Order: sequence, then structure tokens, then C-alpha cells
Amino acid sequence: MSTQGEKGQGIGARVPRKEDARHLHGRGQFVPDMILPGQREVAFFRSPVAHARILGIRKPAGSEGRVFVREDMPDVKPIVAPSTLPIKPSEQHPLAHGKVRFVGEPIACAIGRTRAEAEDLAEQVEVDFEELPALVDSRLSRKDKSVRVHEHWDDNVFLTLALDNGFEEASKKADVVVRREIELSRQSMNPMEGKGTLAVWDDRANQLVLYSSSQTPHLLRIGVARFLGMAEEQVRVIAPDVGGGFGYKCIVFTEDLCVAWLAMKYRKPFRYIEDRREHLVAGANSRQHHYNLTAYASKEGRLLALDAEIHIDGGAYSNWPFTIGLEPGQATGNLPGPYDFRGYRVKTYCVATNKPGFLPYRGVARTGVCFAMELMMDAIARAVDRDPYEVRLQNLVRPEQMPYDNVAKKHYDSGDYPRALKTAREKLDVDKWRERQKRGEPDGRIIGIGFASYCEQSAHGTSVFAAWGLPMTPGYEQAAVRITAGGGLEVRIGVQSHGQGMETTMAQLAHEILGIDVSRIQVVHGDTGATPFSTGTYASRSIVMSGGAVVNACRELIPRLTKIGAHLLKCAEAEARFESGAVVGPAGSVTLAQIAEAWYMRPEWLPLDVDRTGLEASVAYKPKKDTGAFSYASHAVAVAVDTDTGQVEILDYVIVEDCGTMVNPMVVEGQTLGGVAQGIGTALYEEQQYDANGQPNASTLADYLLPGPTEVPAIRIFHMETPSPYTEFGIKGMGEGGAIAPPAVIFNAVNNALTPFGVEVSQTPLTPEKLLEAIERAKKETVPKREAA
Amino acid sequence: MKAAAFDYVRARDVAEAVRQLASLPGDAKLIAGGQSLGPMLNLRLARPKLLVDVSKLESLKIIADEGDAWRIGASVTHSQLEDRPLAGCAPLAQVARVIAYRAVRNRGTVGGSLAHADPAADWPVVLAALGATVFLVGTKGKREVAADQFMSSAFTTALADDEIIESVRVPKLSAGASWGYYKFCRKTGEFPEAAAALLLDPERRVARLYAGALDRPPQPLDTVARTLAQSGAQAVTADMIDAALQRAAPGLGPVARKLRTTAVRRAISQALPS
Repeated sequence: MSTQGEKGQGIGARVPRKEDARHLHGRGQFVPDMILPGQREVAFFRSPVAHARILGIRKPAGSEGRVFVREDMPDVKPIVAPSTLPIKPSEQHPLAHGKVRFVGEPIACAIGRTRAEAEDLAEQVEVDFEELPALVDSRLSRKDKSVRVHEHWDDNVFLTLALDNGFEEASKKADVVVRREIELSRQSMNPMEGKGTLAVWDDRANQLVLYSSSQTPHLLRIGVARFLGMAEEQVRVIAPDVGGGFGYKCIVFTEDLCVAWLAMKYRKPFRYIEDRREHLVAGANSRQHHYNLTAYASKEGRLLALDAEIHIDGGAYSNWPFTIGLEPGQATGNLPGPYDFRGYRVKTYCVATNKPGFLPYRGVARTGVCFAMELMMDAIARAVDRDPYEVRLQNLVRPEQMPYDNVAKKHYDSGDYPRALKTAREKLDVDKWRERQKRGEPDGRIIGIGFASYCEQSAHGTSVFAAWGLPMTPGYEQAAVRITAGGGLEVRIGVQSHGQGMETTMAQLAHEILGIDVSRIQVVHGDTGATPFSTGTYASRSIVMSGGAVVNACRELIPRLTKIGAHLLKCAEAEARFESGAVVGPAGSVTLAQIAEAWYMRPEWLPLDVDRTGLEASVAYKPKKDTGAFSYASHAVAVAVDTDTGQVEILDYVIVEDCGTMVNPMVVEGQTLGGVAQGIGTALYEEQQYDANGQPNASTLADYLLPGPTEVPAIRIFHMETPSPYTEFGIKGMGEGGAIAPPAVIFNAVNNALTPFGVEVSQTPLTPEKLLEAIERAKKETVPKREAA
Repeated sequence: MKAAAFDYVRARDVAEAVRQLASLPGDAKLIAGGQSLGPMLNLRLARPKLLVDVSKLESLKIIADEGDAWRIGASVTHSQLEDRPLAGCAPLAQVARVIAYRAVRNRGTVGGSLAHADPAADWPVVLAALGATVFLVGTKGKREVAADQFMSSAFTTALADDEIIESVRVPKLSAGASWGYYKFCRKTGEFPEAAAALLLDPERRVARLYAGALDRPPQPLDTVARTLAQSGAQAVTADMIDAALQRAAPGLGPVARKLRTTAVRRAISQALPS
């Protein structure tokens, strides 16, 4: 690793992101920036009611050929996501078919030269509804079979998962039993750019081309081809600049099918751009979990067994291809977290309701399970009257147990979980905060300190996904590399980079192997016509999977380069070696550019037995073990709670994280900071509430509060680097971790502050109202006061 | 969403603006900074046939010293007040600084905020407490309305269809006056959950305390203000504030009252630090 370190460009270097220049100068190219000749804009008429039968639809007079309903596109198939899990199938039609199941479900689409014109038309569509009671509560919906989201089902349960590993035996030994009810609100993941698709028929290529804001262009291609009844080779998907995804953009949307159908029918470009109102009301839904947990522990607070009942509010439809089974699957498997215990019983219900379908969001289920588990750890500590830090420490999987197969059969590959927690405690300077807590704040606020630990399965492969029953299972990841005639490099990857900085980090990996300057490495991604197949960017997989493929593809070129180089140096192949972008022989060296010149332009210089595969290689890669490389972290915070306003201020936020070998620590930190901002949103601000009629309360960002710069404190990140034994260079994925722990750590800190009141909060988001209500409740109950731990 | 189609005129003077408003009663709307109207247009919640732009009218952009008061034109932006502290009217710059974000303050105007009449906005409660007067002009001529009478209910004002706000007159504070303004926002830049403004100016025999961010116009809490003026902050209890709030805005739940009581108490301790 000749160029490793701060000053080089390879693994571990803080190389500034290659993509920043265009974004900082406003020269990015997003779908909303694109205009093609004759382009028409598409707007949707969406259901104003949550649950109703459609008795009739009237298009505006004179709108022939400009307004379309389901019956106009009979050849488009409904989105159905098959699963090997026993998930009751939902059919989501491109436009509502017979029934609407959530507010905002598209019923008709209208086209116009401008979006405003399309909206003028869409708003004139009239629909007769026979309204049905709305199901808005997953626990009620599970038991109430009289009203059903999907009438051909016999109840409203998408999926029930159950697991029991040694629960009876382990729980018997407990001295202490702790019960808690814990809940996370329904949230909307908010990439800066919503979804957007521009579809155009290309006569020359004989292809339908979709420019789409997608994390997974190859999957979108398959999905669109399937649901439109086309051959995959007739569809090309190009994801240009994509303004964030967070899981939202890895599925096929009904709106995609509508614009694709329009483009096929009229052979003109059609574009749909989701606006924030549609996004909040009809698009992005996630996070909503409810937990009933019972922990069985020793009198020292050693967790022995956990009993869990989890409800996940699945919304109306399963999605393709991740399915509604992904969230319950992950919740069931990941609840035990980084802890060493041997009894686990869980029942997880994923229930249909009259809300938009539950979609994967950064952290998938783990934000929820971490919140639940970490609140339990603190509750156990309170029950046995010990410091939550100590209790957490004694329950974490120890480094000498690695690799460790946990109670849910997760295989933790490597790491020192206790050290991360210890370091977090040191870096926060807990003693200083305890002192300040005792002294009291001059403005009357009270101080709280909290911890949270988690581990994050990343880059999990075939065996893990197969268990979640998806219609697609990621397997080998391919990358193609090509040395150019001038000695530069093109790297083609099937994943899509939309904020992860992969145009830089993939170039760093290639540089690590071939020594080519990163400015001469062009990373091509996001285009099914130009990149090898990949299931795409999700599940913190790209740097491990696609990065591993890039590394191996680059390595593949080395013997070929050496052979040509040796010939040019007039030495034996065995005497030559490849070193930092050159082939070195006993009497001199040739650069990669000279070798490329020989291959492309001067074949007469080549040896007769040259490797005819040339200077490009396409290689498939899979880690040695595909059960995942587990990143992990401990977060520690100090907060001040204003008991008169219910306001929580984060005074210090420390993260000690280990994502194995870091390719670019700056990118790791950027990813972590962004994730934490979202996690702060989960903890304190974000909530989509539904009233009894299934009407969402937040339709703009004035009502759906996102944390802004002043709500995100200066976060202090510290790194550990424990390489994964299973991946190239020991790299682990880390795209989601930042968003996992914040709600847990913030609530634990607030509960620590509230100790004198004898109340706990356990429901996100922690609004001022909820905090003040908890304090009021405490006063009424006149719980005997206790000193803060 | 995109706004429904509307016509747009840029008025050359106030008289033309009034004429344009009168030409389409109820269907014409003034636009200055557009910080509230813009989103409402885009959400199609407001669908005027005509927008009359008054943002460029110099006569609405005056900031004039009238001796015992400052005259502020309706199209003066929040940031102009933020950047130019006015002698004797220090609260104006202090309040302007905490309105939304700088980007909003650069365009949003005093008159626009009053005319939009969001009870949670800053100027309605602040100008009420400062005892300001709102000057209107319409086809029938000019008239003035006390700031605390200007908002008749949430998002509704004393403005007739053909009237526009020309300016606001804010009396100067005496040297010995005390001022407090506290608002509680869930995050920076959002509208507050609770707000209170207090002016104690013994020289002018003024004691005004208003609670804002209610479901109705800012409400005077006169009993509390009188007690403050007569007996000082020590004489005011949380219960007294709570009782005044219950009279002023019946139907508030315990948590809502707690937040508002806190806002009042903090406005008091700003004005009268212990």
C-alpha cells in the first residue's frame, strides 16, 4: 500500500470529493434540470380520502388524450412483489383500480406543456367515492377483520414472523423482569430531491429510456420491463445526478410506470417530478414501530433473555422489489443488537393500514430496534440501580468472542464493542457532566447524559437476503475497468452514487491497486447502458461489494500490464514487477501510459503472446463470507432539558465508530454527520400523524419539521479501525449507522435528566408537548423523587 | 405544485395599487415580499385572479423619524429593520432579528406580515405591545387602526378589499422603558408555539402585555400588566398569568397554558431582570 495515508490518494486518504465541484457550482444534472424537445409534464389527481371504493371517475370535458385513468392502460400490470415469506400479496395498480387505500393514491394522470397546465387539468377530475372506515392503527388493524385494506385477504396482516431461541430456559434464571412499551412515529425520509422520472422512446436505439432519480437503475429497468410487459433490453435506465435517496429511491413507483406508459404510447418525452407535498403525503413512509418488550436480567443487570412483540405499520402496499417483508425481517433479526445473551423470543406483525406503503429508510428497522433495545438497557439499569453505562458494558459482546453468532443467528465478524463504549464515555468526559448535573444550570435547565451502542450489518449478501424472501437476491457484484489510450482509467460500476462520494472513493480503490492519479480515473455509474449489472446502492453495500469488485478488476490487469511492460523493457516477465503505475524491470521502467499506447496505438510493439483480453477487465466479487461486515459504534450525549418549555438542547454529541478500514475518513464522517442529522429528526422533530379518517397532518415542511443547521450540534467523531476478515482490505459498509443511534442516545439522556421526576419518555418524536405532559403526569402521580444517577 | 394562472401588475403608485384592488374585489391580492403568499399560491390555497406588486413603491419603503414616533412603510423588509436600529425603538431591530431566517427577512415585509395576519407571526403581537398604529389607504380615503385592533381573527384583518397598508407608526419608548419579548419555537426559523411581548414605560404611563401565537389575535393580559407596573415582577405569580391566559384564550389545555405562561414569565424577566 504505497500511497496509503493522509498525503496519498489511496485507501485512508482524505481525498476531496471529485463530485463536489459541479454540485458546489450548481452544475449538477438532475432529472428536473432536463428538458427534451416536445417534453410534456405529468401531474396526478390523487385521492383526497384514505379508504373508499371508486364508484365513478369523470374526466374534464375536452381533455381527451390528456387525462388518463387505470382503464386507459390495461396492458400495464399492477405492482406485485412476490416473496418466499408468507406475505399476503397486495396489488398496486399504476392508477387506483376500484378502490383507494391511502390519501394521495394516484387516481388519474394529466399531461400539459407545463406542470401548472397539467395540474389545472388534474384538479378538474371528479371522482365518486363510497367511503370506508380508515385503518390507521396497526394494533387495532391487526385485530379488526371487519374492515380490510385488501378485501380478498381474511385479515389485515401482511406478515407474521416468530422466532424462539432458548427463551424459556434463559428467562427462568432471571432475578429481575423489566417491561416497557416503546414506539416510533411514522416518518418520511426526505432526500433533498424527491422522485422524478423522464421517459422517452429512442427510435435509434429501439429503447425506452428512463432518466430517473434512482438508487438502483438496473432493478428499475427490470421492474419497468416486467410491469410494462417489455423485454429488459428494450429499456435503459439512466440515473443522472440524484439528490439523495435514503432507501426511498430503490423501488419501482407507480408514477414511473405511468410516465413510461405515456412515452411508449405517444413516443414523446414525458416527465413527472414529485413535489414535497406529494412526497410527504403520498410518497415516503417509514419507521413506525411499536414494541412491547420484556427483559429478563440478573440482579447485576446482565441481560439473560428478551421477549418481544413488535408491530410494524406497513401501510397499504408492499413494494417491488424490497417487499414489505424487509422491515419485519430486519426488526426480528436485529433487535438483540450488540449484546451477548442467549434467550430470545419475538413475534413481529407487519400490518396493513390506510397509509402509503412502508418503504426502506436509511437504517432499515435498526433505528427502531436500537431505540427499543437501548431504552431497555437503561430501564434494566434503573431496575437494578446501576449506571446504564456499566450495565451496557457488561452486556456487550466482547472482542475475544469474535466472530460471534448471536441469539438471532447473526454472525458478527469482528470488532471491540466495549472499547467503543469506553472511549465514548472518556471523550464525552462524563465526570465533568455529572459534576455540572449535580451543580444545576443557572437557567434552571436540567442536564442528562445518555449512551447508545449498536452494530450495523452492512454489505450482507445472498444468504441474508434469501432469508428475507425478496424477489431479487444480491449475489456477485461486478465492476468493469478499462485503461484508456492515454493511461487513464474508466471504472464502470452498477451501483449509483447519490451523495456517498463514490466517484471519489471508487477512484481511490482503483488508485490503490494501479497507482493512477484519481484525477485520471473516471467512475461511470447510474446507467444500465454503460455499467455492469448490479442490484444497486442500498444496505450499506456499495463500498464493500462494488468496491471489492473494482479492486479485483484492477488486480486482473496487473499481469497483463506486466507482460507488455516486460516486453517493452526487453526483460523477462519474471524480472518485471508492477509498481505504482509503472512496470519496473532490472534496467528501467515503463509507465502505464506507455503500455497503454502500445496496446491501443502501437500493436507492433506488443509481444506475440500478449494477453488478448487487453487492458479492460470485468470481474465479479463477493466477500469470503456473505453474512455481512458489521460496523458498530457507541454514541454518547449530554443534553439540557428545559422543563418549562419541553425543549431539549444537545450540548455535546460524541461518536466512536468502527467501520473497518476507512477508504476516505472524510467521506465516512460526512456520511455519519448526515445520518445523525436524520436521527435527530427521528428523536425530536419528525412525525407524520394521521387522524381517525386517515388524513395526514403534515403536507409541507412547515408541519413536518426537519432538523436544520441550528438543531444539529457540532458532532465529535472518533474512529476505530478493525478490519473485517471477510472483505477486501477489511472495509465495512457504514452508510446507515449515523441514523441508527441518535433517537436511542437522546432519549436515554433525557430520561437520565428526568430521573428526579421519576418518569421516562419512550415515544418518538420527543415533542415539547410530550415532554411537558410526562412531567405533568409525574407531578400528579407524586412519585417519590430520586437523585439522578 | 405550481400556482394556478393569475395576472400580474406592478403598481406605479399607491393610488394605482388601490385602483387595481378595487377593480377585482376579493380576487386581487397585493404582493410585496411574497414570503407567505408565495407558498399559498404554489399550494393553490390562494387563487387570486390578479397580483398587484407593491414591493417597488418608494412611498411604502420609508423609515421616518416623526419626533415621538417612527413611521415605517409597509414594504420595509424585516432585514432593513434588523440592520438599522432606530433610536427610541430598539425593540424593532431586536424582534426583526429573530423573525424566521435571514433569507425570509430579506424579502418579507412588515405590512405583509400584518396583512397576512398569522397569529403566530412576530409583528402582530410586538406592534400591539408597542402601541403602534396601522395606516390604511383605500378608494374611500385614508384611515388608521390601532395595531391591537387590526387583526380581527386568525388570518383576517380590518382591511377592506380595496385597502392597503401604507405604513405603521410606532411610538418611541422613554429612556426608562423596559421591553421584553419571548417566543418559543420548536426549531430556529419556525413560527412559535407561544409568544409574549411586554412594554413597561412608566414615564408614558404605559404597561402593555400581550400573549401571541394563539388561535386568535394577540390578547392583552391587562391584570398582569397592571400588577407589574404597580408592584413589580415579584408580585406576579405563575398562577396569576395562567388565570389571565385562561380568560384571554379559553380552551387551552394544561400543556399549552404551561408553554404560554413560560413565554410570559420569560418576557417579564427580560424586561425586569431580577
